[in-house]
Amino acid sequence: MGAPVLDVRDLTVRFDTRQGSVRAVERVSFALEQGETLGLVGESGSGKTVTSLAVMGLIPSPPGVVESGQAWFGGRDLLRLAPAQLRAVRGDRIAMIFQDPMTSLNPLLTVERQLSEVLEVHRGLARRAARALCAKGLGDVGIPDPEARLDAYPHELSGGLRQRVMIAMALLLDPALLIADEPTTALDVTIQAQILELMADLQARRGTAILLITHDLGVIAGTAGRVHVMYAGRLVETADTSSLYARPLHPYTSGLLASVPGLEGDPRAPLRSIAGQPPDLCELPPGCAFAPRCELVRAECRAGVPALLEIDDPAARGARRAACVEAERLLARHAVPGSAP
Amino acid sequence: MSAPLLELRDLRKHFPAGRAGLFGRPAGWLRAVDGVSFALERGGGLGLVGESGCGKSTTARMIVGLERPTSGAVLLDGTDLTSLSRRDWIAQRRRVQMIFQDPYASLDPRQTVASILAEPLRIHSLGKPRERKLRAMALLDAVGLNPRHVQRYPHEFSGGQRQRIGIARALALEPELLICDEPVSALDVSIQAQIINLLAELRERFGLAYLLIAHDLAVVRHICERVAVMYLGRVVELGPRERIFGAPRHPYTRALLSAVPIADPARERARARIVLEGDVPSPHAPPPGCAFHPRCPERGRVAGERCRREAPILRAGGAGGEWACHLEERPAAVDRE
Repeated sequence: MGAPVLDVRDLTVRFDTRQGSVRAVERVSFALEQGETLGLVGESGSGKTVTSLAVMGLIPSPPGVVESGQAWFGGRDLLRLAPAQLRAVRGDRIAMIFQDPMTSLNPLLTVERQLSEVLEVHRGLARRAARALCAKGLGDVGIPDPEARLDAYPHELSGGLRQRVMIAMALLLDPALLIADEPTTALDVTIQAQILELMADLQARRGTAILLITHDLGVIAGTAGRVHVMYAGRLVETADTSSLYARPLHPYTSGLLASVPGLEGDPRAPLRSIAGQPPDLCELPPGCAFAPRCELVRAECRAGVPALLEIDDPAARGARRAACVEAERLLARHAVPGSAP
Repeated sequence: MSAPLLELRDLRKHFPAGRAGLFGRPAGWLRAVDGVSFALERGGGLGLVGESGCGKSTTARMIVGLERPTSGAVLLDGTDLTSLSRRDWIAQRRRVQMIFQDPYASLDPRQTVASILAEPLRIHSLGKPRERKLRAMALLDAVGLNPRHVQRYPHEFSGGQRQRIGIARALALEPELLICDEPVSALDVSIQAQIINLLAELRERFGLAYLLIAHDLAVVRHICERVAVMYLGRVVELGPRERIFGAPRHPYTRALLSAVPIADPARERARARIVLEGDVPSPHAPPPGCAFHPRCPERGRVAGERCRREAPILRAGGAGGEWACHLEERPAAVDRE
């Protein structure tokens, strides 16, 4: 295993609002290897999107401030780069795709103009040479009749095709890292299946590292090798995907997994849900942010924020960590068949 | 046998498309809903599923009178709502209420919760102001919110709590039928489960019938005993939950089910997924014959030629349910069930 493609250490992002300062991301660390997909899971307000925007240098400032941390990519700390240097990396070595392809494509430009801009800015290619590469890019993402599509405007394309155009644009320069923020959330399930298959396919061929940000545990299960779970701005659990789903070590993770309605099991049985409401970052409790909703809460949970500690799980692939005082006990409970929550 | 609570008979909605000039005749028709028929019993639950543009929301809007059908009938207890006078219609309309997808957009930010919940009662001239307020508090209690928060404004609640307020408002007039249009898709996963459980509980408690419109098949499965699958304005398969999820007959239903991601890495990676080619065709120019044939994974099979020419009709296929597919017209005897 070589050096990681992206190594984020101790990232903290603060927003100064009228209601006061809010830490949207607090001391988040993670690394991505070449060719792997890391899933970043969390609900609204968990900080998963802010994490990715900070790495890309896209936090609006003010009100956002990257308080501390490093993001090592290709021997450089992205958080310390000058705007011009960062622009050269962004779109070239790191690409990003967003949830809504309609709002991330310029409605006034043809598909060709949007794609060729990337080649002109980063590679200095002439229009004609760029056009051929753009057509090839569209073909690579499975768009039928790519030559004809080059002259289309975004509104003339379906949602699935627009997301393919976004992926084609992101992969045009063969980036080492692709950040995909809810790439299929706005799409219908049959189109989602196509896009996920396409991303896996492209990754296998090019060895791109993918940071997949989503709230959808089903999408993560099928695509990510490792998963990081975020809650109220912090990482609360990290593990390889199989271990995380089979033996969750944080009560939030197990609650989240239990609350997903499935296609099997007794449909009449009530779903196990997590009580209460998602946390309000302006009014976080002093201890563990999940404590007010946690079934296993103890006095010490309200005293201090539990650290993200390595938990020794012999069945896991690689190290796994959890930020919960009950993690060891939860692991022991999983070991006894039939006693898991 | 008494009439079902709700029955749709060959319901159609065709929108004019591409007029020649401001007052010109429409150049064509968009068949958003093209002959939908189904029935819903008192206290029953029917899930209407399909992808964007399949006509499921337009169908719901016609039932509550937000859209006028081009043809067909909407029968509530045997009375055709589309033929009623405005006054009679309003009287019937009380019995059918709707819950919307976006809890942020469907509540007036300048009204207190008390006022939001009392509004349906005011419109129908029910109760005195004081009684309405008490009713609002009882409704908040029924949906699991604190009745003392009745003077608060929508922005003081989270997304899940706002959806509870939307549900409370729908219950204000003691309806018999609740139409839920994507009631949980804008909510976080942990909150979705709370709302799904609440809908199930309220149905039990008030004897409500549900027409649930959703793109998430797993959500439908937890709330409804019957499921109708729509594709390009038509119902392609209809039947009890167990059969639709256990032994789907229409190739589109099969593809739709196989595309739903499962939150279990081992099973998710092991299963064979049917990935459909291409996009849903434009309803402006639906394909001839079976509208699904250009994407159908089964089109290589014997009846292929017929699929291109002749639109299949939804017919009872035995084993509980109906489906519209030339390839699945086998008698019930060979069914797996």
